[in-house]
Amino acid sequence: MEQNNDGSLSQVRHVVLVLSGKGGVGKSTITTELALALRHAGKKVGILDVDLCGPSIPRMLCVGRPDVHQCDSGWVPVYTDAQKSLALMSIGFLLEDPDEAVVWRGPKKNAMIGQFVSDVAWGELDVLLVDTPPGTSDEHLSVLENLKKHRVDGAILVTTPQAVSTGDVRREITFCKKTGVRILGIVENMSGFVCPHCSECSNIFSKGGGEELAKLTGSMFLGSVPLDPLLSKSIEEGKDFTESFPDSATFRAISSICRTLLNSLETA
Amino acid sequence: MCLILSDCPGTQSEQAGKTSSCQGCPNQKNCASGATKAPDPAIAEIGAKLSTVKHKILVLSGKGGVGKSTFSAHLAHALANDGTKEVALLDVDICGPSIPRIMGLEGEQVHQSGSGWSPVYVEENLAVMSIGFLLSSPDDAVIWRGPKKNGMIKQFLRDVDWGDLDYLIVDTPPGTSDEHLSIVQYLSSTHVDGAVIITTPQEVALQDVRKEIRFCQKVKLPIIGVVENMSGFVCPSCKNTSQIFPPTSGGAERMCENLKLPLLGKVPLDPRIARSCDEGKSFLNEVPDSPAAKAYHSIVQSIQDYCSNRVTDEQSTD
Ligand SMILES: Nc1ncnc2c1ncn2[C@@H]1O[C@H](COP(=O)(O)OP(=O)(O)OP(=O)(O)O)[C@@H](O)[C@H]1O
Ligand SMILES: Nc1ncnc2c1ncn2[C@@H]1O[C@H](COP(=O)(O)OP(=O)(O)OP(=O)(O)O)[C@@H](O)[C@H]1O
Ligand code: SF4
Ligand SMILES: [Mg+2]
Ligand SMILES: [Mg+2]
Ligand SMILES: [Zn+2]
Repeated sequence: MEQNNDGSLSQVRHVVLVLSGKGGVGKSTITTELALALRHAGKKVGILDVDLCGPSIPRMLCVGRPDVHQCDSGWVPVYTDAQKSLALMSIGFLLEDPDEAVVWRGPKKNAMIGQFVSDVAWGELDVLLVDTPPGTSDEHLSVLENLKKHRVDGAILVTTPQAVSTGDVRREITFCKKTGVRILGIVENMSGFVCPHCSECSNIFSKGGGEELAKLTGSMFLGSVPLDPLLSKSIEEGKDFTESFPDSATFRAISSICRTLLNSLETA
Repeated sequence: MCLILSDCPGTQSEQAGKTSSCQGCPNQKNCASGATKAPDPAIAEIGAKLSTVKHKILVLSGKGGVGKSTFSAHLAHALANDGTKEVALLDVDICGPSIPRIMGLEGEQVHQSGSGWSPVYVEENLAVMSIGFLLSSPDDAVIWRGPKKNGMIKQFLRDVDWGDLDYLIVDTPPGTSDEHLSIVQYLSSTHVDGAVIITTPQEVALQDVRKEIRFCQKVKLPIIGVVENMSGFVCPSCKNTSQIFPPTSGGAERMCENLKLPLLGKVPLDPRIARSCDEGKSFLNEVPDSPAAKAYHSIVQSIQDYCSNRVTDEQSTD
């Protein structure tokens, strides 16, 4: 009905950004697992992947490189299941050759992201998760500018425990404050590795840094996800971890983060 | 409107502003006017400034968090271990500078000297420059769009008082974007030895790293070789190895075979590396006998060999 400027997002209830100042901390992994967990909780979920130089979500959800189509209201997202409960749109789908390097300067990226963000026909969604590249630059500013015309509920910040990472995420918190994005909480990823042979726990990337950062900055701590080879394997193969290992500590951590997130979205 | 993405022809090319991919680009007017075609005079100035730098090495990866900064720092430490060599480390990660912490220089500030900015010294023969030294608090965020970041990188190359150097190592942010284009462009009138590409073993990382390799080929940047980082973890208690980031598509080894690139070595996951970085110490001094330290040393040796071979190559062809 309503065909105003937030057209494609008009039936999207909540928009959540997944951010981190640091690279490789698991933004795309956490986005994927949260989407799967939200679907398990009976929600309709969408993922918008705006990482131009390294779009990871298509592989993580095993959708390959589908042809995307346009309808009257924009690009039709790709559904990962027959029930159409998980929709994905990746900027990677629009690239001509997946191995080709996208070597673009900021201005061009901004123009592309601007169109891309407001041009996907999401339909009705409970939660739209937005996976971003590392940093605080063109992509982030453009995504925010364009999503804000609609509404952004807030951001989840992902960090790994060590200081090299929490230091960068501290700057990301400033980015959120300056741009007026509410921080929904901090996730500590890759926290502690339990040896599958002897059950000894090694803190390969240290431990506790995410929780400390949350305290220091007065943000909510959403939980920690252990460093789990079964999770990286599952991500590599594009399998649904939440279905394959429902008894694991990793799954419990992810579903608890998902519950906390839903609560805070619904009470806000 | 068609949104199938294709490439920017390059702001200095004949086609700048005129190809189909320029449609809708906000820079189109500027590019089409020809204003961007003239080479930036800074390129020549940088060429002159860096003529006293013998070797220049870029550390790259399409993927985030694979250990670029960690590797750059340890390459610098290892090279500077030879007291007769002058080494500098330049961090061009403008939004996420990690080098100050990893080099133990958090809170340091740059100083203005007569001939420009003077870098911060870790040792007498090891100089470091990073935007981190220009920020006043650990909460400061650098929220800059591309053009501003490029300006900063230009200043780092042109206005820092580097002095005579044997090695200049450049740590880069993840991806193939403004910072990467800028550093390559600004160094185009100098001689760059090549790039060291860092990856981790899993396909999620390799798929981005392959793009970075294409980028190098596109801009004609030689590749010194590939380092596989975080490959395997040996449990300190039972000594069994776990593949935390599994090489499901054959890891860096298979990729290097396919793309005919040298694999310089593999560095295992070691919690003491992450700890040394957090504490700003050199892992090579902290745990010199570890397998990871040995791997680093052998990789550094290959890089040194590559650089000195290039020098002899050039002398024989010149
Ligand atoms: N908890 C975990 N246990 C094991 N492996 C993990 C975990 N979280 C992430 N990984 C793995 O770490 C790698 C990096 O994760 P991911 O790609 O999600 O990070 P990112 O923050 O999106 O990176 P980029 O900054 O490049 O976008 C992936 O191979 C992923 O499978
Ligand atoms: N072999 C290793 N074993 C254990 N930890 C490591 C290893 N290599 C790097 N690390 C740690 O992993 C984290 C990521 O490394 P680093 O910051 O060097 O990556 P990067 O590629 O520079 O990341 P970014 O893309 O954000 O610039 C750091 O905390 C570092 O200390
Ligand atoms: S108009 Fe845009 S796409 Fe075309 S050359 Fe200029 S920056 Fe590149
Ligand atoms: Mg990602
Ligand atoms: Mg780095
Ligand atoms: Zn063990």
